Amino acid sequence: MTWIPRPKFHHASLVKNEQGCTRRDYEGAISTLCAGCGHDSISAAIVQAFYELSIAPHRVAKLSGIGCSSKTPTYFLGASHGFNSVHGRMPSVLTGANLANRELIYLGVSGDGDSASIGFGQFAHSIRRGVDMIYIVENNGVYGLTKGQRSATADEGSTMKKGDVNTDKPIDMISMAIKLGASFVARSFSGDKEQLVPLLKAAIEHRGAAFLDVISPCVAFNNHAGSTKSYDWVREHNEAVNQIDVIMDHEEMVLEQAPGTVEELAQPDGSVLRLRKLALDFDPTNRVRALNYLEEHAAQGELVTGLLYVDRDPKDLHHHLGTVGTPLNSLGESDLCPGSKTLASINAGLR
Amino acid sequence: MPQLSRVNDFVIKFANVNGSGSASANMLFAKSILRMGVPVSPRNIFPSNIQGLPTWYEVRVSEKGWLGRRGGVDLMVAMNQQTWDADIAEIESGGFLFYDSTRPIPASKLRGDVTTLCMPLTAMCNERYKDARQRQVFKNIIYVGALSQLLGIEREVVSKLIAEQYKGKEKLLQPNLDSLDLGRAWASANLPSPFELKVERRDKVGERIFIDGNAASALGALYGGATVAAWYPITPSSSLAEAFQKYCNKYRTNPDGTKRFAIIQAEDELASIGMVIGAAWNGARAFTATSGPGISLMQEFLGLAYFAEIPAVIFDVQRGGPSTGMPTRTQQADLISCAYASHGDTKHILVFPEDPKECFDLGAQAFDLADRLQTPVFVMLDLDIGMNDRMCEPFVWDDSKRMDRGKVIGAKELDEGRPFGRYRDVDEDGITVRTWPGSHATRGSFFTRGTTKDRDAKYSEAGPDYLENMTRLERKFETAKRLLPQPVMHPASEPTTIGVVYYGSTSPAMDEALTLLAAEGLFLDAMRVRGFPFSADVAEFVLSHDTVFLVEQNRDAQMKLLLVHECQIDPNHVKSVLHYDGTPITARFIVKEIRERCGRAMPVANGKVKR
Repeated sequence: MTWIPRPKFHHASLVKNEQGCTRRDYEGAISTLCAGCGHDSISAAIVQAFYELSIAPHRVAKLSGIGCSSKTPTYFLGASHGFNSVHGRMPSVLTGANLANRELIYLGVSGDGDSASIGFGQFAHSIRRGVDMIYIVENNGVYGLTKGQRSATADEGSTMKKGDVNTDKPIDMISMAIKLGASFVARSFSGDKEQLVPLLKAAIEHRGAAFLDVISPCVAFNNHAGSTKSYDWVREHNEAVNQIDVIMDHEEMVLEQAPGTVEELAQPDGSVLRLRKLALDFDPTNRVRALNYLEEHAAQGELVTGLLYVDRDPKDLHHHLGTVGTPLNSLGESDLCPGSKTLASINAGLR
Repeated sequence: MPQLSRVNDFVIKFANVNGSGSASANMLFAKSILRMGVPVSPRNIFPSNIQGLPTWYEVRVSEKGWLGRRGGVDLMVAMNQQTWDADIAEIESGGFLFYDSTRPIPASKLRGDVTTLCMPLTAMCNERYKDARQRQVFKNIIYVGALSQLLGIEREVVSKLIAEQYKGKEKLLQPNLDSLDLGRAWASANLPSPFELKVERRDKVGERIFIDGNAASALGALYGGATVAAWYPITPSSSLAEAFQKYCNKYRTNPDGTKRFAIIQAEDELASIGMVIGAAWNGARAFTATSGPGISLMQEFLGLAYFAEIPAVIFDVQRGGPSTGMPTRTQQADLISCAYASHGDTKHILVFPEDPKECFDLGAQAFDLADRLQTPVFVMLDLDIGMNDRMCEPFVWDDSKRMDRGKVIGAKELDEGRPFGRYRDVDEDGITVRTWPGSHATRGSFFTRGTTKDRDAKYSEAGPDYLENMTRLERKFETAKRLLPQPVMHPASEPTTIGVVYYGSTSPAMDEALTLLAAEGLFLDAMRVRGFPFSADVAEFVLSHDTVFLVEQNRDAQMKLLLVHECQIDPNHVKSVLHYDGTPITARFIVKEIRERCGRAMPVANGKVKR
């Protein structure tokens, strides 16, 4: 793989946001993922969301684990510090970073292998703690970087590229996130920019643990008949309410879906993917209702997309810990070191 | 029957059942001797259990100030029927046995060469107290009362300690004092006086303090400016994190209740070290406390921190390994797993405190080292110093001291146009410049990764980039040798060609052993290693002696392995003295090993040598 610098050329027509930044200032290096990868659409949506919110790129810290999805932080927000950590451990690294400086925005990017298998524990506990972050799982139901092994979100009965059938129950990351106490939970589809960008913006503005499960088909290893996370499957199973905009084999594909509908697309193998886009009147403030809704529609073979749950008054980890407003990394000796006099009295108490 | 007769120089051991409240009573006993001005070193010997299993508390009283475990017992306080036989067997010939005689003990269970002192403790408690809990708790205070009377510990010393303990809980004070006096009165009327083992008031403690290494380390972290701690409960390190919480609550809480620290009890050790690395990457001083199994779990992350060059402080309170091993026993057996933690070519900084004083000093210094060297630093305690109260020099802090945050540049330097390349060795000391996230709008950002990268932190698998990075890391560890705590030399009082190397909690036993050996005419130059990688002095010491012993508390001679490998020393030149049964090493053991290996015979009292 080669690293290709993106040309610094700025087109005159690029519009500046309140930060004085153009959309280009939010981009990163050129992606080295496969052409048409759903993850690149998510990176584009992240660029769009931060640009539209006029957030200074360097005030964002982007962290990831290992895998195709975890490579993507290189491809957006080039002026931000990034941290490609170890497999499945992004949540702990992000938690520590957040503790050190509560003033930055923390964007965690992970995949279904990274978060639903090796890192399931860290996913769960970071959500439980209410770390103020945007936690994105780029979910393709397959291990892409190691060439096509099944992940824990792969549907029961789906087949892998080499033909073996998955008999394990799938993990539904969204239901888990709601159960674990995330204060913002949404699902979207990598190609559905109309839905994904607003959800990302809402997640960025949310001051608590925001979790986003983004179905992102793998063009190389999980886009064959029998997979339930392929473009074809997703298109065929999508209740049309939003616009799906995906790049596959160098072609941009757009799927439009209206809220409250189910998009249903037949696949070559005869299976059907159903995406149910939440209706505009869906109340996302009721956890029990959200969980029931997910279960009901899962039983009908539908994948619900949209904002499932939000706590409008979220509390984050710093709130729970009662940490001071000043970032801990900016405290100096006088804030931290009790000094020699105090030490003398500590000594006196130890005799 | 010849009886031992000793003043301020004996070992008393309490055999109890855990969960019976004996720990605080035993601690009261030990501290009262300290307040008599006589040095003591108590050691808890406990099971990995909460209630019902045997536990021991061994107190060595030593006017000479020997703080290592001596071995053998002069007075056994046998309060546990389960361990009776083994406890009785441990008493030195001519020693004493103190036991609860409420239930008669058959003569066959006693020893002819041991004097018995029996007290109907349970009967006395049952008569005096109705409540079962009271009977148990006050029984402990009653025997402390009886023993304090027997040994000649002043009542005022004990009662003052009790008063300090129950400050603010005066309702509990009087019943405790009553129990103390009950014990003392009974002993006065029924036990021998004067007794052969005596505590006599001295002034041998001075300004020294009494604290366990875990709490001292926590204080070190407090003074060292740690703001983030992430940990997972594991014996014998948990009390370090808990002490940090306690000190932070007291010294780092603002009047409005907000806190200048963040402590997370993580879901496991992987998350603990992940949080530490994340926090340190983002500019906070962060640490974790753990033990061997935790170190095993942290391996992958430690390699990341080494390779991506992120500071981290790890307090490893070592216990008996491998696997779950002996969770409540002591060893120095994590050296290899820490020194070369993680896959690939890695190396890490280790420091070895000898006592709580150094736990504080090196604990604080570890944060400077980690920031300066941008790499994990391990503070290698063990259970013996971590969990036992130990007498040591008082803590000292220089208020003019500033934290060394290392080569960090911010907005100011970047605005001044200082060029930035994360892994560029501009100073040729192997240490490169870093920035913290969020410091500048357009300059100084970089991508941190565990993959190979070039000097500007860009992904690269090119051989030359990889080699440049790896050789620079070697250079960084050469720099580290100069910054780490240097070895402490103890030259023998007479010229000798024999040297001995040791480290960490072996210190007090070694100090005593050197004195005992010198008294036999066996002189050794001693070197206490305090840091890894080794400074040049370490190899020089080893090579300048014809015979070199390396004393350590593990089976595989882990320090020797580091030494012969890192300093390219002939393995045959270093003779290992290894103690690893889980109990703290003793002077007796060291003396015996070195004496025999030097071809010396056991000296006997009349000056003749027994062959």
